Amino acid sequence: MKRLIYLDNAATTKVRPQVVEAMMPYFTEYYGNPSSVYDFSNPCKEVIAQSRETIARSLGAKASEIYFTNGGTESDNWAIKATAEAYQSKGKHIITSKIEHHAVLHTCEYLEKRGFEVTYLDVDEFGTVKLDELKKAIRPDTILISIMFANNEIGTIQPIKEIGEIAKEHGILFHTDAVQAYAHVPIDVDAYHIDMLSASGHKLNGPKGVGFLYIRTGVKIRSFIHGGAQERKRRGGTENVPGIAGLGKAVELAMADMEERAAKETEVRDYLIDRVMKEIPYARLNGHRTNRLSNNANFAFQFVEGESMLIMLDMEGICGSSGSACTSGSLDPSHVLLAIGLPHEIAHGSLRLTLSEENTKEEMDFVVDQIKAIVQRLRNMSPLYEDFMRKNAR
Amino acid sequence: MYTEKVMDHFEHPRNVGEIENPSGMGTVGNAKCGDIMRIYLDIDENQIIRDVKFKTFGCGAAVATSSMATTMVKGKSVQEAMEVTNKAVMEALDGLPPVKVHCSLLAEEAIHAALWDYAQKNGVEIKGLNKPKSDISEGEEEEDY
Repeated sequence: MKRLIYLDNAATTKVRPQVVEAMMPYFTEYYGNPSSVYDFSNPCKEVIAQSRETIARSLGAKASEIYFTNGGTESDNWAIKATAEAYQSKGKHIITSKIEHHAVLHTCEYLEKRGFEVTYLDVDEFGTVKLDELKKAIRPDTILISIMFANNEIGTIQPIKEIGEIAKEHGILFHTDAVQAYAHVPIDVDAYHIDMLSASGHKLNGPKGVGFLYIRTGVKIRSFIHGGAQERKRRGGTENVPGIAGLGKAVELAMADMEERAAKETEVRDYLIDRVMKEIPYARLNGHRTNRLSNNANFAFQFVEGESMLIMLDMEGICGSSGSACTSGSLDPSHVLLAIGLPHEIAHGSLRLTLSEENTKEEMDFVVDQIKAIVQRLRNMSPLYEDFMRKNAR
Repeated sequence: MYTEKVMDHFEHPRNVGEIENPSGMGTVGNAKCGDIMRIYLDIDENQIIRDVKFKTFGCGAAVATSSMATTMVKGKSVQEAMEVTNKAVMEALDGLPPVKVHCSLLAEEAIHAALWDYAQKNGVEIKGLNKPKSDISEGEEEEDY
């Protein structure tokens, strides 16, 4: 079999074997419905309680503040739509940023069509929300600030504590989409004044289809998925017991080795960034050099287009992603890359590589060699490069 | 996502390159949208396309359609080259995903732009050929990288 180098851990991650093991009994052995009365369902109730406790501890929260969902997108939808509904008598203004995930952006656009006003904050060249602009955007009718913890494309970590303080000072609810950050960087909901937090299992070596929303006690949002009395009547539907068991295990493991993992990833990632920037001309690093998720590298190579690069990398067994239009199904490149000020044609040539702790420098050597060859090959067939070289020769 | 033929033309693009003093050259597309194609034609005194080269900035489909289009016009008369439509190029590639159909249109336009350039320079009339709308050969100098 061809060697596979998986560098798309921001898209999804490999489930750890211990996580699979923790899930297995809840498929065939303890398959009872947690809502049932009989003893047979007790192990299901117990594992859900355990997972809830593990997650609460990881955030400095109470177990009663953790609500299981089917993932980050549902959590974002719930937090934003339900806040809008519950607090609309106070006001109809929401503040978010231009670089949020579509789960937040499209939800805000949905609310705009229903009479809410949304301010989309600009970011600086590194993708950081500007605090003075946030303060200026606050109005008497602002009910919610929703800013992601760390960006999924360029990895920039936001000043969450400062944002939380500003929100608290003004008595505004603060939601953060922490899908990329949770269990990768330390988070304390009290220290950061976070009222709601979205997270997803499959970004932290857990299973797909399960996540949670943290809702601080006292936040008045109602249920979003109506049905049974599960999740303290706030999220109907029979619990994804194996998923929740797996999520709990994944969180336990990820929290235990977070620091060590981050250090390992940072070392290999920095090696990758250094080689690329040193050896490939007309390349840039998107996002901040150090204030970024430990596993994230995002480059732009001038005169080449992202999808072509991805297909050629795929032929060499390398999995990456790009913010080019062709990979998004629209004509515009990534909204995040445009928000940090990249011109369209450069944003089309972006390449995101997100590592795991399993990646090695030796793999990065192979990857950089391949990128070098591919970028050169694509430049040799690029009319933009031809024009650029001609202009330079004059 | 792509057919075998598309992958073949992407992996081994035919006729990549430039032609010195071409009989006709056309560049179409828009860097903003992520697709630019340039076609060079070498046309002999009998109006036969002796050689053709291309350069493309774009996705896999853009590269493959340019490559296929060049193989389809090579050796043809300029009038026959007009029959190489985007549909013909797509069929030759065993189809494209719906979101990539615009790439094949770009290939047709690039050929037309190069033919137009040739026709203008040599006072030749090619039936059915109109001035291509998206020819961006002129004004490219303004772009700043």
